[in-house]
Amino acid sequence: MTETFYEVMRRQGITRRSFLKYCSLTAAALGLGPDFAPQIAHAMETKPRIPVLWLHGLECTCCSESFIRSAHPLAKDVVLSMISLDYDDTIMAAAGQQAEAIVHEIVENYKGNYLLAVEGNPPLDEDGMYCIIGGKPFVEQLRYAATHAKGIISWGSCASWGCVQAARPNPTRATPVHKVPGLANKPIIKVPGCPPIAEVMTAVITYILTFDKFPELDRQGRPKMFYSQRIHDKCYRRPHFDAGQFVESFDDEGARKGYCLYKVGCKGPTTYNACSTVRWNGGLSFPIQAGHPCIGCSEDGFWDKGGFYDRLTDVHGFGVEANADEIGAKAATVVGAAAAAHAAVSAVKRARQKGGDV
Amino acid sequence: MDTQPITADKAHAAHREEAVYVYEAPVRLWHWVNAFAILSLCITGYLIGSPLPAVGGEASNSFLFGWIRYIHFASGYILLVGFLLRVYWAFVGNGHARQVFAPPVWKATFWHELLHEVKWYAMLVKEPMKYSGHNPLATLVMHVMFVWGIVFMIVTGLALYGEGTGMGSWQHTLFSSWVIPLFGQSQDVHTWHHLGMWLIICFAIIHFYAAVREDIMSRQSIISSMFSGWRTFRDGRAPEDGHG
Repeated sequence: MTETFYEVMRRQGITRRSFLKYCSLTAAALGLGPDFAPQIAHAMETKPRIPVLWLHGLECTCCSESFIRSAHPLAKDVVLSMISLDYDDTIMAAAGQQAEAIVHEIVENYKGNYLLAVEGNPPLDEDGMYCIIGGKPFVEQLRYAATHAKGIISWGSCASWGCVQAARPNPTRATPVHKVPGLANKPIIKVPGCPPIAEVMTAVITYILTFDKFPELDRQGRPKMFYSQRIHDKCYRRPHFDAGQFVESFDDEGARKGYCLYKVGCKGPTTYNACSTVRWNGGLSFPIQAGHPCIGCSEDGFWDKGGFYDRLTDVHGFGVEANADEIGAKAATVVGAAAAAHAAVSAVKRARQKGGDV
Repeated sequence: MDTQPITADKAHAAHREEAVYVYEAPVRLWHWVNAFAILSLCITGYLIGSPLPAVGGEASNSFLFGWIRYIHFASGYILLVGFLLRVYWAFVGNGHARQVFAPPVWKATFWHELLHEVKWYAMLVKEPMKYSGHNPLATLVMHVMFVWGIVFMIVTGLALYGEGTGMGSWQHTLFSSWVIPLFGQSQDVHTWHHLGMWLIICFAIIHFYAAVREDIMSRQSIISSMFSGWRTFRDGRAPEDGHG
């Protein structure tokens, strides 16, 4: 049996006092009542560490970069020692044959007891040849590792939705994890974002390990505790939105005064994420606080929703590229012109009838 | 009766004004409440997508965008309640109250008469058929563009509204939770909601034009009927839809 979390932490010199503090903090971070702190402590004292396979498909490693920057040092240390991160090709010491052997070892030895974390996604075209891991298409590694997994964590927008490599026209047919054909039917939790917020990632893992189940998910498979509200709903610039005070361009008075970025394309009103509450880099800031509109990176297909700085999305089709209002105004003009022309012809016809020229 | 002078052609000849009660009071009231709600929704909706220039001063002194959104939501609810009452009235009202909800597309005569109406608009026939209710072309256009257009706007509108009221609200549970994933994401629902507005605007243009034109050129009253409820006819022949 592997060590429990508590044993690992004690071995690393963490006092019981800080351990209990961590448990309370985690309970608070997860939005649980104070009653849950002892439950978390109990779980960590008794449960063995769970092996995690962290696979990398088509991705940019921003999820890993975010994860290792989890702001609260204790939380980071604990999470990294809490899970037994047995395979993560970006940060593991082993390489080549040795590394690939670990995947096999975990799948065989911990059937049904390991977590599969996926960063990136597999391209399906050309039998998956656009992403090769250890000499084989990534999609094969993914399918193999998923066979006996307890559950799958889709890290980031790549694994959750497809992200940039799946943006139109998606040349390699990059496919998010839940849409990969032939993948074992396992529970999947999506933690979208490009990258997801570090504390969200660590909190999701903590929850799964503590309660031995996924947190409550919304209809699209995202944990409700972090993805149930839009950035807009908790944005500190919201009063400017309601007042009608908008940044019109990035060098104007409004931009200097910190007005709402709605008119320069902020996707906060359509983006479900915790940026405006948890924020980034230890709660230091987030894009809107830095004066840049939200680009909606945790939303499905955000690369294909027109310019990041446009309020209205361009609609593609019939060789037209215009936003809904441009298309609509054109349609209304055509209808109006047709009605006017028809009216003119009708009037002429009627005039001729009146004149007896039927 | 024979004192009618000068323009003695068929359309202007002296005739007896037959009249039939078509639009009951609830339908007329709904029509105008609905019309003003749509006007208000289009104006505020457009301004939500393309806001007015920024106002200055302290944020606490102004609630401009808040009011625009409030009027949009309030008008939306008025439209919703009106539409629900209108659907109810389709069940309990007279036959005309049901017409735009169930065009008899399974009847060959419907399509035959619709073709005649198209020819009338293409000025290929000399006179339109006569109806106490809507003509088949009007029925179909109202059914497709208006009824389904409004249903689409109500569903997408409540889905977008539910995003603000949040998880657990009835708007979110009944609409946002399935509509938003159906379209992909929230931004797509916004885009389609905009396109829906323009569909309704196009319908309104056609509706105004056809109402005015038919009022002048067809064999029955149109505009005044939506005020009084009575359809009057310019000739004594029986209407095609037999409601007379």
